[in-house]
Amino acid sequence: MSERPRTLVEKIWDDHVTASDPGAPAILAVDLHLVHEVTSPQAFTGLRERGLKVRRPGQTVATADHSIPTLDPSLPILDELARKQLAQIADNCREFGIPFHGQGSPTRGIVHVIGPELGLTQPGMTIVCGDSHTATHGAFGALAFGVGTSEIEMVLATQTLLQRKPKTFKVEVTGRLQPGVGAKDIILALIARIGVGGGTGHAFEYTGDAIRALSMEERMTVCNMSIEGGARAGLVAPDDTTFAYLKGRRFAPKGAAWDEAVAGWRKLPTDEGATYDRTIVIDGSALEPMVTYGTNPGMGLPISGRIPSPADLEPAARPDLERALTYMGLQPGAPIAGQKLDVVFIGSCTNGRIEDMRAAASVLRGRHVAPGLRVLIVPGSQQVKHQAESEGLDEVFKAAGAEWRESGCSMCIAMNGDQLEPGQYGISTSNRNFEGRQGKGGRSFLASPLTAAASAVSGVVTDPRTLPRVASQSTAVEAH
Amino acid sequence: MPEPFARTTSRVIPIPRANIDTDQICPARFLKITDKANLADALFFDWRFTPDGARRVPPSFIDEPHNAGREFLLVGDNFGSGSSREHAPWALRAWGIRAIFSTSFADIFKGNALKNALLPVVVSAERLTALQALVAADPDGEWTVDLEAQKVTLPGSDSFAFEIDPFARTMILAGTDEIGYVLARLPEIEAWEAGHPARIDTLAGAG
Repeated sequence: MSERPRTLVEKIWDDHVTASDPGAPAILAVDLHLVHEVTSPQAFTGLRERGLKVRRPGQTVATADHSIPTLDPSLPILDELARKQLAQIADNCREFGIPFHGQGSPTRGIVHVIGPELGLTQPGMTIVCGDSHTATHGAFGALAFGVGTSEIEMVLATQTLLQRKPKTFKVEVTGRLQPGVGAKDIILALIARIGVGGGTGHAFEYTGDAIRALSMEERMTVCNMSIEGGARAGLVAPDDTTFAYLKGRRFAPKGAAWDEAVAGWRKLPTDEGATYDRTIVIDGSALEPMVTYGTNPGMGLPISGRIPSPADLEPAARPDLERALTYMGLQPGAPIAGQKLDVVFIGSCTNGRIEDMRAAASVLRGRHVAPGLRVLIVPGSQQVKHQAESEGLDEVFKAAGAEWRESGCSMCIAMNGDQLEPGQYGISTSNRNFEGRQGKGGRSFLASPLTAAASAVSGVVTDPRTLPRVASQSTAVEAH
Repeated sequence: MPEPFARTTSRVIPIPRANIDTDQICPARFLKITDKANLADALFFDWRFTPDGARRVPPSFIDEPHNAGREFLLVGDNFGSGSSREHAPWALRAWGIRAIFSTSFADIFKGNALKNALLPVVVSAERLTALQALVAADPDGEWTVDLEAQKVTLPGSDSFAFEIDPFARTMILAGTDEIGYVLARLPEIEAWEAGHPARIDTLAGAG
């Protein structure tokens, strides 16, 4: 069996099957279980009802990110339900002995931001979380995917999951990205190509020169939105970029254990001759900045493009596009660039890391946001916040007229009071433009941090490559 | 512990939309609960009510008076995409929905649905079109979903077979709990773990 060439996903899978009955799903060992306040309470209740403990608290870690306010943490939480939910995650972690990076902790943050920055996320692992953006951790060559609350309870109780092996889908991004084009544009282009259900039943493996050239944070952006293409998981094979990122982080192996770990991780990449169930090739050098126009992440187009017309589609496909354009209040055939905005949101597990903050600052330095526009910049973790502040990025944002907040999911999911008002237009670096996702009746354009920041300056959807240079601006857009 | 489930008969609520995501099924602001209570009220909330809280006119699909009490949904492709929230199948079950017919379901939603004895019935594109035409012609026709036989019976005794994960089918028919199934295998898991030390210790690493 080990003679046959295998993909990265198959190797990790084979390494984690503890037992399986014929016809039944495998009992797959889980290396790391990430927990947050929103999807876990009912799982802990289930454990209590069964009289069970958390089987492996040392392979479990929790934080508070979804419903937590991003305002001054010394202020009381006015939302009764959110307050109760945040108190409950703290209580549950105390009762079951799970380490908790909660309010007041310098290591609190969005679960998919803190896992990597603490060095918890490592190549070859199986990682699960009650959150569909768990695929983020696939950037390290880990098999990481989102689960529901019943499965959270299963992992808490057994440190395993009943799983069927995913099919594999190779996403090869060739060439070199043009200036102003980044990781977010790659993933939005993929989803626009294959549709929001295109990867159902599969795990993506991202390969090719354009992927290899990405930093770890950029790879996380790509893997993060795998679920928006229908795939529960999306992976990048580990390489020297991965190891350089991990080395020295708090939970990364140290000394001889590090060398041993790296030697093992170097065996993970897909073998020569291994086959995938599906393959797509995208020419990275031909990509433009991408932006969505509709109500799912597959409704995206190059920023120089025009909003599609239902008349150009098959009759059966028209009603969904018509409905999306009605919800968005957009005209078929109109250019997407120049659409008016009320709000700009920069943050989330997709684009809330330090490189995203730097990209936004590279545009906003020496500039001011457009009059009447609300610009919310929310770091993905407290560590990102402190790093950004140590680099003076918060001062750049505030001088430009943007709000600088505590870390959390914030306006990506609009559970904590940060939200669009009905009818408002927002450009967002987050991952979902579903109806009402960023607030009841809110209308979202998804884009990269560079595009969002450029749009903040002009007040309309703006191609970051078209902003005139200002004297104090670095060459970050060009060098990105 | 889920109740055993084998067979049910109901009229059908057609929702001719594709890519219905879990933010539509159960909007995020209803996720601040710490139990599963009152989730029926959250189902398709923003389709049913305006941002001001008024019931939409005409009423949205599940609020149409003639759709009261119906247990089946007939929907477009890729149902349940987006967020992993199990609140979506909880809300559907709380409303009384027992089976959903579509050409495909998002992976996480499908798993969550099966764990709540909510049946995702996958049909071909041609079958979906035929079923939509059938409901349009006979909106009050009763369908029967038989999980044991993996068969759907339509009005006039027309019927078709459907595929479902055999393990999930067994668990739902018996009302068996998956955690109990795995806990019974603990000796094998422990034997495997003995040869595969934990890769991480989240309780250590204070330095």
